[in-house]
Amino acid sequence: MILGRRHGGGIIAVTFVIALLLTIAPLPDSVRYLRPDWVGLVLIYWCLAVPDRVGVGTGWGMGLLVDLLTGSLLGQHAMALAVVAFLTLKLHLRVRLFPVWQQALTVLVLLILHQLLSLWVSRFIGRPGPPFSYWAPSLLGMFIWPFIYIALRSLRRGFRIS
Amino acid sequence: MMMDHRQNHIDSLRAGLSLLVYPLQLAVEMPGAVSEWFRESLATRRQLQEENASLRTQMLMLKARGQKLQALETENIRLRELLDSAFMIGERVLVAELMSVDLDPYKHQVLINKGELDKIYPGQPILDADGVMGQVVHVGPYTSTAILITDTSHALPVQVNRNGIRTIALGSGTINRLELPYIPNNADIQPGDLLVTSGLGGRFPPGYPVAVVQGVQHDPGRSFAAVVATPSAKLNRSREILLVWPGDTSTLETSSTGQTEAPLPPEEQLVAPEEAAATTEENP
Repeated sequence: MILGRRHGGGIIAVTFVIALLLTIAPLPDSVRYLRPDWVGLVLIYWCLAVPDRVGVGTGWGMGLLVDLLTGSLLGQHAMALAVVAFLTLKLHLRVRLFPVWQQALTVLVLLILHQLLSLWVSRFIGRPGPPFSYWAPSLLGMFIWPFIYIALRSLRRGFRIS
Repeated sequence: MMMDHRQNHIDSLRAGLSLLVYPLQLAVEMPGAVSEWFRESLATRRQLQEENASLRTQMLMLKARGQKLQALETENIRLRELLDSAFMIGERVLVAELMSVDLDPYKHQVLINKGELDKIYPGQPILDADGVMGQVVHVGPYTSTAILITDTSHALPVQVNRNGIRTIALGSGTINRLELPYIPNNADIQPGDLLVTSGLGGRFPPGYPVAVVQGVQHDPGRSFAAVVATPSAKLNRSREILLVWPGDTSTLETSSTGQTEAPLPPEEQLVAPEEAAATTEENP
């Protein structure tokens, strides 16, 4: 266990890089607003799976990169993702035992929290409220959670990351 | 976060960090760039000939217009010299391209493939072939972020080209709509009027087309008319854009008078705010 501690850090980094790429990959205008929160999903998974390696610091750093990539206020997503990571760490022992659909509901709550904190900051600096479709990415995130979970779990088992 | 919003202390930090995400942006940009490269290198001879011919005719037309413009320009400078005011025509420009990267969908922002190394500065106006697009907000070493004139946090001083009424065009958050909420009910403005930059903010060079007035609604219960306009720039379609250095005419001819630094004649700048105030007070 101690020998294997650093094992697979590269794989975790690669999944985050892919999530960041998907965050800014150009999409047609009609589906732009539906882009799920890839970084949030990947972060939640790794916080559940290897809570001693991926945590609040990782969440904050990834959030900062998201801020830079999407041109939002520096720290907006960093704060939100750090809070999401913190809550996931708090809940990880319970959520791990849930069946996948119940996990998906928990993920929905966490993703909505991410968006809510981010929205709170942007309202605070005087931007207008978004339309109702603003919340669609969280719902979509809930529906794709099982796939993310299965894909990353097989990745984790394949590379024996613990 | 507060620091980023209110002050500019961590702009340099942001610029440094943006170097970190530049590879990611390039990676996302790559498929589009590669397909573009293929399209260009695999274009048939006939296609190239057709494109060449159409460009040739276009250039001929533009040249003809340019000749006329030169005559008008010299005449304009001569007349302004008679009036004893310095006025500059023509600014230094740089052609840049937008990177095909999606930013926050609820902000109208674009990423430009030129940065600090090309002497881009925050607040720099950007144009496309048809009109004003927006201005630069963050500058990194190789890239910079700009907001479009339709972003809800953007306001642009404009004037009606036909009669010179000055007002402010606000972004509406919809890509093809600008709002002009500060036009008095009795002002002479009608659909089809061209709005051009007035240059009053000191940020945008005067005289570039911004939008065409689309609809004017007079509501007697309100003191201002509800005016909406359509931006003339192709905000969501252009890929090539122009970055302008207003007032920098180093590569172009300037008028001979000594006050070349001021982008506007000083007296015009002084008079303008009062006049603007007067127009807003006129309403019944």
